[in-house]
Amino acid sequence: MRKAVTARPDEHIVRLEDAYKIYQMGRQEVRALAGVTISFERGSFWAIMGASGSGKSTMMNILGCLDRLTKGSYFLEGHDVSTLEDDALSEFRLRHLGFIFQSFNLIPQLTVQKNIELPLYYLGWDSSRSAERARELAGKVGLEARLDHRPTELSGGQMQRVAIARALANDPQILFADEPTGNLDTATGEQIMELLVELNHQGKTIIIVTHESHIAAHAPKRLYLKDGIIESIVGEADETH
Amino acid sequence: MRHTRLVRDISLGIENLLLHKLRSFLTMLGVVFGVGSVVAMLAVGEGASKEALDQIRKLGSNNIIITAVKSVEEETTSTTQSFMSIYGLTYEDHRRLSETMKTIKKTVPVKLVRKEGFLKARVLELRVVGTTPIWFDLVQRPVIAGRVLTGSDVDDQAPVTVLTEYGARRLLATDSTIGQTLRIGSDAFKIVGIVKSEGGEAANIQLPDQQVDAYIPIDVARVYYGDISFRRTSGSDEREMVELHQIIVQVDRTEDVESTAKGIEEMLKRFHNKKDYIISVPLALLKQAEATKRTFNIVLGSIACISLLVGGIGIMNIMLASVTERTREIGIRRAIGAKKRQIIMQFLIETVVLSTIGGIVGLGLGILIPALITYLVAMPTVITLWGVILPLFISGAIGIVFGLYPAARAAEVDPIIALRHE
Repeated sequence: MRKAVTARPDEHIVRLEDAYKIYQMGRQEVRALAGVTISFERGSFWAIMGASGSGKSTMMNILGCLDRLTKGSYFLEGHDVSTLEDDALSEFRLRHLGFIFQSFNLIPQLTVQKNIELPLYYLGWDSSRSAERARELAGKVGLEARLDHRPTELSGGQMQRVAIARALANDPQILFADEPTGNLDTATGEQIMELLVELNHQGKTIIIVTHESHIAAHAPKRLYLKDGIIESIVGEADETH
Repeated sequence: MRHTRLVRDISLGIENLLLHKLRSFLTMLGVVFGVGSVVAMLAVGEGASKEALDQIRKLGSNNIIITAVKSVEEETTSTTQSFMSIYGLTYEDHRRLSETMKTIKKTVPVKLVRKEGFLKARVLELRVVGTTPIWFDLVQRPVIAGRVLTGSDVDDQAPVTVLTEYGARRLLATDSTIGQTLRIGSDAFKIVGIVKSEGGEAANIQLPDQQVDAYIPIDVARVYYGDISFRRTSGSDEREMVELHQIIVQVDRTEDVESTAKGIEEMLKRFHNKKDYIISVPLALLKQAEATKRTFNIVLGSIACISLLVGGIGIMNIMLASVTERTREIGIRRAIGAKKRQIIMQFLIETVVLSTIGGIVGLGLGILIPALITYLVAMPTVITLWGVILPLFISGAIGIVFGLYPAARAAEVDPIIALRHE
């Protein structure tokens, strides 16, 4: 339905090929991911679901370039990022990815404005341009009046909005949200989900991780993980094994 | 561009430090006192040695001073009886020194007599110095009024005298006193000049001149006072026969000073059957004093450096705690895309800012303390450029050295774990 919006409809923005993530726990080998192959289309909205220990957090970390595969390949924007070094992965996160977390993860000693500006600081933007961009994004999430506040002075919903504004600062292709409504009441959680849906409509690829089905229901496509492998896919898969 | 970025990084660091004002202040104190003590100790050490070096320089670094002393055996045997003790340097010694040693440029014979001086109603116990005009070349003191002794004074055996500033003041002699008559003992001398006198003893070095000196031509002293002097001590009269009390020698080139001193020693040994003289070499003293100063500075500096080290460890300790405390922040920054070296820079800048500000405050303290010492106990202190630059440099270096490990720890924080960190 949003294929009309995406520039290159045939391109897969994310592609995992036979992905393994194996942890060594003493003598025991734990397979957090045990051979996952899947592709996400540009502009799609996916929910990754599963019980705790299913490997969904690991998958999120891998997709978010925070962690590396033990085995297999990961193509992001057509680049094989599974072989990249730490610095290059950082650079990838900085230029292409945005993150939203369950516990918001704002830096408490920085103002709302400085928090939103954080990615721009690492991108090397000058301060006046950053300030302008921060104001624009704060407006987008309805928090223009709170730019000079500290995160601790905000409600949970407001903090998550700031986090979203920060995640959007570098104009990322993909937005990752890890249990974005986990710390919010239902009504506020709904508002945040609506905001994400709207961002998806504007063309962002969105991947959320959740264990709540009513949150996952906002995503047209849902992937169920169990014991590190894909259990099922609901909605139209772009391409599976 | 890079410049403004660094400025932003530094101001960010300062902002972070200001979040915990008391903690930052206390952390900084170690470096403040470390740098303060280095600067202060160097200043005190430098001041003490400068005083000694100045005194030695006043003796003249190319000079060798030979002084007559009563030999030890003479001293012990002369206590009971009254008899004549004959010792000291001779006119012959002076002639031999000035004629035979090639490296010697100038020699001055000195004959000393203690006499009372009378000017109108005032009396002053004088040390009458019979010498030649060359004295004033070797013991250089500014002329305050009139002139010093001249060759013609010596040739004519003119009864003229040059007073010191101190003596002149005690005798109420002024510019107008020049030309007036000073009575020394029972003899009349015309005052021809007044010179400044350093006088006395400082840093264990006896200067050749004293404050109560009155300089007269040597031949006049010889004719008027002879070579025999009386000293009345309790119970016995002592008679001494000394031709010359001192010979000051100036060597042409500094590098010949030490060998010349050895040569003089050899020569005197041959003609004196007892050791009734002391040879002192200001240059040797100078070298010794400089070596002592170096050792002194190294020891003081090392002690002070230990306090700097302690300050550095204090900083490291706090920064490690800060890294632990800010694990989550580091995780957030890393997730957003900060590279390891950017995290390292962030923490390193904080440490360097902390230690450098500590260094600057410590420098202020280190300048204040010696000033206070000088003010309170009149002890000279000298702040050298090195004494300022070195501690600042060291405090900056401490920031880097002791900041590197905490910063590296920060960079090694795993963002995945850090983001889960509560």
